[in-house]
Amino acid sequence: MNSRKVKELVGFTVLRLATFLILFALFIILYFISIRGIRVIDCQFLTQMPSEGMTSGGILPAILGTFYLTLCAICFALPLGVAAAIYLVEYARQGRLVRIIRIGINNLAGVPSIVFGLFGLAVFVKYFGFGVSILSGGLTLGILILPIIIRASEEALLAVPQSFREASLALGTTKWQTIYRIVLPSAISGILTGSILGVGRAAGETAPILFTAVTFYSIRLPTSIFSEVQALPYHIYALMTEGTHPECQVPIAYGTALVLLFLVLSVDLVAIIIRNRARKRKW
Amino acid sequence: MKRAQKENLIKGFFCLFALLSIFFLLGIVIVLFKEGLPIFKVTTFKEFLFGRFWYPTYEPPDFGILPLLLGSLWVTFGALIVAVPLGVAGAFYISEVASPKKKEFIKPVIELLAGIPSVVYGFFGMVVVAPLVAKIFRLPVGLNAFTASLILGIMAIPTITSISEDAISAVPKRFKEASYALGANKWETITKVTLPAAAGGISTAIILGMARVIGETMTVLMVAGGAPIIPHSFFEPLRTMTATIAAEMGETVVGSLHFHALFAIAIVLFVITLSFNILADLLTQRFRKRLG
Repeated sequence: MNSRKVKELVGFTVLRLATFLILFALFIILYFISIRGIRVIDCQFLTQMPSEGMTSGGILPAILGTFYLTLCAICFALPLGVAAAIYLVEYARQGRLVRIIRIGINNLAGVPSIVFGLFGLAVFVKYFGFGVSILSGGLTLGILILPIIIRASEEALLAVPQSFREASLALGTTKWQTIYRIVLPSAISGILTGSILGVGRAAGETAPILFTAVTFYSIRLPTSIFSEVQALPYHIYALMTEGTHPECQVPIAYGTALVLLFLVLSVDLVAIIIRNRARKRKW
Repeated sequence: MKRAQKENLIKGFFCLFALLSIFFLLGIVIVLFKEGLPIFKVTTFKEFLFGRFWYPTYEPPDFGILPLLLGSLWVTFGALIVAVPLGVAGAFYISEVASPKKKEFIKPVIELLAGIPSVVYGFFGMVVVAPLVAKIFRLPVGLNAFTASLILGIMAIPTITSISEDAISAVPKRFKEASYALGANKWETITKVTLPAAAGGISTAIILGMARVIGETMTVLMVAGGAPIIPHSFFEPLRTMTATIAAEMGETVVGSLHFHALFAIAIVLFVITLSFNILADLLTQRFRKRLG
């Protein structure tokens, strides 16, 4: 073998090794959390209240809290995001306005999550007086996932063939009728799958809800959108940093982490698979 | 005529929603400045940025964020050492070496890596990586800049890999064909043609990875050890800007100097990530133009 060939072989091996390391990192994380998490998970763990100052019992309030927060976030972000995407894809002409809007979306996506938390604290908790609540946390998470929803909706709208619109317009419909009757129904499944990615993101975030929604220990379930809640991601953090019985708390944290990982990753996986299939689809 | 008016109204209505992102971004800026600027009544901008001591609860308090700023830069740098070689190599493997079948498996898996919540990374760092680091390097505790960098590096890989991969795929086929025609093999083409041509896009990927790392909160809060002192080695605990905000905001009184100081830290953080993002945006445009 000549030296050029050897170099190529070595180079490819390095690339292969790097990729393997990346996949291995994911595997190791999933492995440790699954193996140690599964030990504490049973029916009671998922359906009971925590007890004895967080050292035993279940995580039902945290599961419900994450569910409510995510629901609130998506109810807020989905209509806004879809409407923004409709403007960008169906109405806007390329120009300065669109350019500025795009800069806005890109930069909103890049704002650190803790900054969203401060924004939520100042605006929703204090200024609007919603207090530390599901509503404040949900709205904060909603703004955080808005860019994800807009991008997913844009992709879904762009995937609708131009001929659909032309056929509709040729029948004498207005632009709005075309969008409402033809484009949106064709794009809706794509919009929803993309939005699932937003759900996964909202469910896993901790920093934005730190000062806007969560409490470490509550013995009651939330009663309205103005209640404070427990949430899975914050529960993991609190179990690891607060309290005085790490020997009881760490196993619970493993269980909570596994539940959170399972929820977030299965949601992501479903979204990714459906999306990749949709990308290949011919109309 | 009425129909056209109605259509215009609908268009304007949707335009308002499209502008919401900018509205929220401006809202964030306004809130940060409104709540952050009052701190500069008691300290100067220079003292704040370059003060060496962060003792917000002492009497009199010290509001110098240099240790926190350096802490953030330190772990970001450490994370890049981990993430750039792995992430870029992974991108080249996916787009240039892997068979389509492998590619179809690896890409979603890396996307999943991006989907793991940061608190889970932090938890994993605390219970698995930190004890390991402590054992290997014979330290009393493994919660330090090294462990934080390692984990932040893993977190930055998906961003770097997926954007680099887009950049590599954007290199026109004719570049590679020309290289093969001159007798170069695949590896020579990758290093001498594809890499230089995609370099602009790859630097965008790295900058966005940096923005991701510097804004990351929960992982560093849990893993970096938390001491607000100027770091001297990778094996010392440190505290970043994000971790400081997260750890201390819960204990402050709304409207106190400490409260305003934490918002002022957020201004610094926001300005840094914003400039990274704008820089990445500009680089992307130049890159696209160059490749035509």
